[in-house]
This record gives sequence, C-alpha cells and structure tokens, in this order.
Amino acid sequence: MAKAIDTPALERHGLSDEQLRAMLRNMIVQRTVDNRGFQLNRQGKIPFATGSEGHEGIHAGAAQAFHRGRDVLAPYYRDIGLCLGIGMPPLDALLSMFARAADISGGRQFPNHYTNKKLGMLSVSSIIAAQCTHAVGVAYAFKLRKEHDRAVLCTFGDGATSEGEWHESVNFAAIHKLPVVFLCENNEWAISTPREHQMAIKDIIAKAEGYGLPGVKVDGSDPIAVYAVVNAALERARAGEGPTLVEAKCYRFLSHTTDDDDRTYRTREEIERHRYLDPVPRFEKLLLEQGIVSADDIAALKKEVLAEVNAVTDEAEALPYPEPAELYANVYEGTHEPWL
Amino acid sequence: MGIAIGMAMEGLRPIAEIQFADFIYPAFNQIVGEAAKTRYRSNGDYTCPLVIRTPYGGGIRGALSHSVSIEALFYHVPGLKIVAPSFPADIKGLLNAAIEDPDPVLFLEHKKTYRSVKGEVPTGHYTIPIGKADVKKAGTQLTVVSYGLYVHQALDAAQQLEAEGHSVEVIDLRSIRPMDRTTILESVRKTRKLLIIHEDNKFGGIGAEISAMVVEDAFFDLDAPIRRLCGPDVPAMGYALTLEEEFMIPTSRMAEAMRDLVAF
Repeated sequence: MAKAIDTPALERHGLSDEQLRAMLRNMIVQRTVDNRGFQLNRQGKIPFATGSEGHEGIHAGAAQAFHRGRDVLAPYYRDIGLCLGIGMPPLDALLSMFARAADISGGRQFPNHYTNKKLGMLSVSSIIAAQCTHAVGVAYAFKLRKEHDRAVLCTFGDGATSEGEWHESVNFAAIHKLPVVFLCENNEWAISTPREHQMAIKDIIAKAEGYGLPGVKVDGSDPIAVYAVVNAALERARAGEGPTLVEAKCYRFLSHTTDDDDRTYRTREEIERHRYLDPVPRFEKLLLEQGIVSADDIAALKKEVLAEVNAVTDEAEALPYPEPAELYANVYEGTHEPWL
Repeated sequence: MGIAIGMAMEGLRPIAEIQFADFIYPAFNQIVGEAAKTRYRSNGDYTCPLVIRTPYGGGIRGALSHSVSIEALFYHVPGLKIVAPSFPADIKGLLNAAIEDPDPVLFLEHKKTYRSVKGEVPTGHYTIPIGKADVKKAGTQLTVVSYGLYVHQALDAAQQLEAEGHSVEVIDLRSIRPMDRTTILESVRKTRKLLIIHEDNKFGGIGAEISAMVVEDAFFDLDAPIRRLCGPDVPAMGYALTLEEEFMIPTSRMAEAMRDLVAF
C-alpha cells in the first residue's frame, strides 16, 4: 500500500517513454554543456559563459511542445536547453562559446546568443525583452498570412516583465489574439535583483489579467508539467484562440554569468534551501521510480553525453576563428565600404 | 517598432510609421540595437527589410515635440540607411526603393514640404537608387549641399544669385546614409567652394561629416573655408513665432552666405 502511494501512476500527458527519455537526455546534455562553459572560462579558454542550471525542466518540457519546422522560437540568452531541445546540435553551443568561424553568427555573438533560421530560432539579443516585440511581430505575420497551425514561443526571465517592451508585447498580442505563448522562466533573480525588488506581486501571471489573456503558473522543475501547460498554450495559439502567459517557477543555481559573483548578493544557504527544486535529480528519480529508466541507463547516458560534449568541445576548439576581414561582411546586403 | 522588426524578420515588408519624428526616441533601442544589427549579428541568417516613415522638421508651429530633426541621431549607425528626399517625384522613387531594399531604411519626410511643395510625379512604378544625390541646379562658382525643406529655399537663393550674375550649384543629398560622396566631391572640385545648409543643429550634424569628408579628400581643391549654415545649438525650436523664426534659416540668410562665399 505504502509503495502504491510512493509511486502513483504517472500523469504523462501523452508523452511516450521515448519522449520522456529524450527529455532526460536533453536535461543532462544541457547541464553538461553549461558546466563545460564555466570550466572553459575558468581554464582561460573562453572569455565568458552563461549558465542555465535550474532551468532544465522548463527547457526540456517546452521543447517537446514545440513543432519543429512550423513554430518559431524567440529565445533569450539562458535558453540553451530549449535551443538544444528543438534541434540545435551541441556543437553549435560550443562553437558559440569558442566564437569560431563555423558558428552561425560567424563568431560575432556572445555565447548562448544563438541564431538558427532553419530551426525557427530568432537571433538572440542581450537586451532584456527586446525579443518579445519580435515574437509578436512574427505571430502577427502568421495571422496576416493566415498561416494557421503555427505559433511563436517567446521566452524571457522574470526581470523582463518589468520592461516596457514586455508590456507592449503582451498587450498587442492580447488585442489581436495573436498565436504566441509568453513563457516566463522565473528563477527569482534578475542578475542581482531579487523578485521582491522587481515587482510588488508574488506571481507574474497576475500581470496577465490586466491585459486580458490567460495566465498559467507551473512548476518549472517538473518538465512533464511544463510540457502539459506549454503544449496546451501552443495548441490554443495555433487554434487562433490567442496568447497565453505561462509562468514557470524555477531557481537559478549558478551566478548570472562567469563575470558575476553571486556571493555578493545571495547566501549559500539560500541556494541550498532551493536545491530540492533541482530538476535533473528530480526527473531522474521520477523516471527511475516509474521504471522508465534504470540506474544503469542513467549512468550510461551520463557517460555517453559527457563523451559527446568532450568530443564537440575538442572539435570546436580545433576550428579556426573567423578571418579578420569577416568584420566587414553583412553590414548591408551587397558591398559596403567600411573605411570611408 | 519591435513588432515591425519581427514581421520583417519573418519575411514581410512592413512600413512602420512614427507619427512625428520627435516620438521616435522610445524606438531607438529597436532601430539601433535590433533592426540595424539583425543582418550583422546573425551573419546574414536573418535580415530586416523594414521601412520607418516619419515626418521631421519645423517651421510649422510644431513647438518642442513636433519640430525636431533626428537624422544626426541615426546617421552614426552602420546597418541603417537614411533618406530625406524633398521633391514629390524623388519621394515616390525613393519610397519604392526603400520598400524593395533588403535592409532597414529610415525615411524622413519634412513636414513643411507636405503642403508647400508641388511637383509632377511620374505614373507607374519606378525607383530612385538610395545613396544617389541629385544636382538640382548646375553652377560653377559655389557648391551648396542641402536636404529637406532647405533645398527649396537654397534653390530660391541660388536663383537670386543667378540674377546677380553668380553661378551656384545646388545638390539635394536625398540620401544621408549612404552618402553620395562622388557627386559632392566632383562638384566641390569644380566650384572650389562649399556651403552646407541643414535645419538640424550644427554640432555633430550631417554637415560635420560632409565637411570632414571634403577636407580629407579635396582640401587642395578648396579656395575658401567650408561654411555650414545650420540650426542653432538649442534643444528645440519654441512654439512662439519669434522663437521658431529665430531657429529657422530664412532664404535671405542663405543668399547672404552664398554671396559671401562667392566673393571670398
């Protein structure tokens, strides 16, 4: 009897064993790549890295709801797992870190500022909430062209919801019932500013009410729950029923970036207090309990992922930087004289 | 503005309209940080074929928030194109060119020309290349470079000089970025004197760039110091007629400056 309570039947929201294992793999790849960025920075091999530890549940869940080849993702710089989850190869993450010529941006952009039009990923800006208006513009284009069954997934952190452009975006999308899902990855910290210094409310979804769109809160450490909520919101958007604001709660376990020292603004105790939210061990435990993976499977998976990340690290590191003359390319279409 | 950028990145050809150029400042981030850098930062993965139409300039009792010139705030930005035509036929041709352009174009329309300037417009579709100035009046003794409303006044002043027996060449820039260096330099090498006229304030304005360019490339062709006749260094023109008139440059002052330079 006790055992039955410990392992209730999993509400899997239509996700197959294969999808659940893919989600676990995505989370482990994300964490491994994340850690690799910090390691490479501390080794002096790359100038900068951004982490996403704690966001893996949101990324793995949301990526499963994304329709590849149809939907568009307007990501921000902490979305490494989401970008991997919709099909970006791990090599691209390493090419971005090493700023190599083979990086899609040609080594121009900061790490984690990906672009991939083929996968439907908009070019990432460092400017908080700048991508929200772009996401709405893409959704507006879908509506004007009557491209039904397509939606835009727009992601951002809690700090973005204090920006004017975020409010303009949500308002415009609500007025025109645009096919866009606003997914807030609320990790409680906007760099060094805690949530209570960002807003006088506890839940970001309260902001949805003022603009007339539904707001749904979800445990961001639970990838299945995230999948269920984001999938329903994307389906709603694709059906022409308008936008949704989803707030996925999580916790940021690393400093904002390798250039940030979080010891100056939060205690180690606070981080440890939130450790129970760590989505990776939680999801491992769940899949183990459900018999979807074995302990050996997980150990083998981690070994295989580490080997893959090691391989793409070596591959990216061995590739060349862009030629200096690449500085002058793609300012405009055609030729441009940069030394007038 | 960001919504229009998203539409452009998704393959549409949006025309974003800013009701008055003075209201463009909240969109500065999107225009400078996003639209102008879309192609560059994605290394050509994404482009931003966007047109931003906006009425600028004063002389219409528009006061502080309906009179400013904004071109100098944007002409420093690689990735953007800026046009400011002043004749109806040029406006049509350049607007078509801007819409067809694969990169973001800031399309400036001087408010006072809406009702004060008339001209024939060819029927049918045509374009005028962005980046090409137009010699609106040929002359031999002095080159005047201007754009917007002041091109019309400069032409009137040049006609006065003509009546006085002097030959003045008037160039309408039409495009501010990219700028037609060839037309300006060829003209200055011929006339050996240059007067730059614009409504925007002088310090750090378009005239400073034209002046630097001519000094760098045609210094030994000059017979007189370059002169700039521009707006004063104040935040804006006031609402009161006296304040507005003090800001704007009357045709008589343009003619005076032309006479001075011709006689130098």
